[in-house]
Amino acid sequence: MPRYLRRSCATALFCLAFASSAAPAAPAAPVAGGTLNFVVTPEPPSLVNLATSAVPVLKVSSKVTEGLLAYDFKFNPTPQLATAWTISADGKRYTFTLRHGVKWHDGKPFTSADVAFSLELLKKVHPRGKSTFANLTAVRTPDPYTVVLELSQPAPYLIKAFAASETPIIPGHIYEHGDALSNPNNTAPIGTGPFKFSKWVRGSYIEYVRNPDYWDKPRPYLDKIIVKFIPDAAGRAIAFENGSVDLGGDTPVPLGDLARLKNNPKLGVETSGYQFEAGPLRLEFNLDQPILAKLPVRQAIAHALQREIIKSAVFYGYANVIHSPILPGSPYYSAAPSPYPFDLKQANALLDQAGYPRRADGNRFTLTLDPLPIGDTPARTASYVKSALARIGIAVTIRAQDLPAYLKRVYTDRQFDFVVNGMSNLFDPTVGVQRLYWSQGYRQGVPFTNASHFSNPEVDRLFALAAVETDQAKRLAQFTQIQQIVGQQLPDINLVGPQQVTLFNKRVHEHTPTPNGLDGNFATLYLSP
Amino acid sequence: MNRLSRLFKALRRALLYALPTVIGIVILNFLLLQLVPGDAADVLAGESGSATAETMAMMRSHFGLDLPLWHQLLNYLNHLAHFSLGFSPRFNMPVMELIWSRLPNTLLLMASALAISVVLGILCGVVMATWAGRWPDRVLSLLSLLLYSTPGFWIGLMAVVLFSVHLGWLPSDGSITIGAALSGWDALRDRISHALLPALALSSVFIAIYARLTRAAMLEVQTQDYVRTAEAKGLHPLLIQLRHVLRNALIPVTTVAGIHLGNLLGGAVVIETVFSWPGLGRLALEAVQGRDYAVSLGVLLLSSFMVILANLLVDVLHVWLDPRIKA
Repeated sequence: MPRYLRRSCATALFCLAFASSAAPAAPAAPVAGGTLNFVVTPEPPSLVNLATSAVPVLKVSSKVTEGLLAYDFKFNPTPQLATAWTISADGKRYTFTLRHGVKWHDGKPFTSADVAFSLELLKKVHPRGKSTFANLTAVRTPDPYTVVLELSQPAPYLIKAFAASETPIIPGHIYEHGDALSNPNNTAPIGTGPFKFSKWVRGSYIEYVRNPDYWDKPRPYLDKIIVKFIPDAAGRAIAFENGSVDLGGDTPVPLGDLARLKNNPKLGVETSGYQFEAGPLRLEFNLDQPILAKLPVRQAIAHALQREIIKSAVFYGYANVIHSPILPGSPYYSAAPSPYPFDLKQANALLDQAGYPRRADGNRFTLTLDPLPIGDTPARTASYVKSALARIGIAVTIRAQDLPAYLKRVYTDRQFDFVVNGMSNLFDPTVGVQRLYWSQGYRQGVPFTNASHFSNPEVDRLFALAAVETDQAKRLAQFTQIQQIVGQQLPDINLVGPQQVTLFNKRVHEHTPTPNGLDGNFATLYLSP
Repeated sequence: MNRLSRLFKALRRALLYALPTVIGIVILNFLLLQLVPGDAADVLAGESGSATAETMAMMRSHFGLDLPLWHQLLNYLNHLAHFSLGFSPRFNMPVMELIWSRLPNTLLLMASALAISVVLGILCGVVMATWAGRWPDRVLSLLSLLLYSTPGFWIGLMAVVLFSVHLGWLPSDGSITIGAALSGWDALRDRISHALLPALALSSVFIAIYARLTRAAMLEVQTQDYVRTAEAKGLHPLLIQLRHVLRNALIPVTTVAGIHLGNLLGGAVVIETVFSWPGLGRLALEAVQGRDYAVSLGVLLLSSFMVILANLLVDVLHVWLDPRIKA
């Protein structure tokens, strides 16, 4: 499942505060031992996030396969496989010093050759590799514990891209022969991480066991992780209630059940840990559609929507109202409100002037709305949009389909009027937001690109500047300006930032030590006896 | 003609019909799956939430989707001719292995559901027919009407709420206790406790159908001359009901049960999802959602084999039940 319906807390600081206040009364020192029952849905297609960045893959991959860096809640890098890193003054050379004495689970030593191999392979096969490492020209390995990345241009976002969930470091000696996509390591991984892969019973569970030789002793504390797949949402809620599951992320139960489960004294709720995958829920227009190509029509639609209702009725409050594509968790967030506040009179006037008077039946025209078929919140948002637009005389037909059919309709066939869509901000707007609005992002046949066919030379220019701007203040100004233009031109209407929830049994501690949340490696996680 | 040679003849005729049916099913399934919009590369990109034109092209060539349609079909038929169901790029393993790992679970579920529904259904039917029009008939009729009109997954969910959430007697998900290395009687008990709720939920509708069918068929048979003759001979009423009435009434019930095997497999998709039962039905659903044609075709092919086999068994059973049926 893509990570676009993701939301972070208001600010990183708030998250820190929330994380510490939500932490249950923990024993003074971590306790070793025990088995964690971790629910992940749907079943991951692969156990290494090499050629896929699907949400369930990220949840499991990082337990075995690590990254060069981890991050604190202010997005500052912290050591993982790299112990030190420097960026040259011109921003074009990154030097990583690697950890000594790290071994792959098969006993081979981990060296800079593995890092160079991984980065080169990721650039080819990772869904975002081509864009994340676009400026990477060479990876040099002067000695076994030093890696140097040479860039053609500065990439101010790149230092945030080395988490295990984004840039996994895989064993070069296992991937060097044959096709990487069908390598057996993808389903039975060998890594450097705190847990070793033990077995995967398809359709049932994955078992990971403690790596006694992990470099960060005495971690990990758990003896075993059992990853369960429970396809039915009500089934997951029951599994939390009867204790057969201890931990699950990405709102593992229906939002409607959450209120009941929150009152269960055994269970706890955490909203931190989604800062890297947050993304807005958006109403995205097809600007090639003759009616929606007219700005006044889109403005009228914007005037007719009340984001607060979506927040409360669709998300049961687990969302933040937003007006721009970059979310409040990002340092580039612009808090300016939409220039088109809720105003039905204005909306009706705009449609009248645009040449769409109400017909005898009260409607002006009919549009078809396709909600993203992931979870139930896009479909429920679509129901709200339908009733809201009925008030200004726009009749909306909601059309349902499954995910591949939706993607083909929107990104390949382009047979749509408007959609309720999502899209993750990822770790930086250049990677997560630029693809939606720059004209080169309009790539027919490639999902999660510029579906609206928005093209604005000024926006293109600003994105190109921000992609290489190393001065933080200038970059902020560029992104602020982009958000202003997008907010006025309305290729899409950014509605809310959904807030994901982690549900846990209170015997589980330290499940969210980083903004990567449950995509972390669980080395620090422990269970109360 | 003795009974054995009649059975053999029935078997041979059924097999003769089965072969062209299977080939037709393969080609039809292949073409039907092509009509579904979107492909495996779209799914993987959708799950990842990011893609580039290069990764899309790479995925398509990895899945063999860049070949012309007839080429893909020929490839598939070639695999089949070598008794292979092909390789699933999505699951990164041979389709045959994948299906074999799921098949026993589904067979267990279907067999126990079929057994429960046939036994309970016929039992209820006998009771209803014997006391037709009186209170046991009325009560069971009402009950079977309720079972017939309530969806199995809802019964399953309610049973989970009662037996596993409130009472804590039975597990709510999976087919075994994961991580518990059980053996002998403990392992068997563990399996049965996991299978009980899904099997009951899957069988609920069919219990009602067989009960009503048995009742109707038995009432019809009861008016036959040979039943009156049996009564006149002074046979015990129980013996008449079981040997003369029930045996003849079983023909329509077994026919319908054979047809229902396909329905059971369809129902298994839902029940396996509700109970996270690692079976074939869920695999089929996941394969269609993932646009993994190799796996979808494999499951469909195997299901059609199962249905053909079941109908074959029913044909043979009929020959055994009713000597008048010619092979």
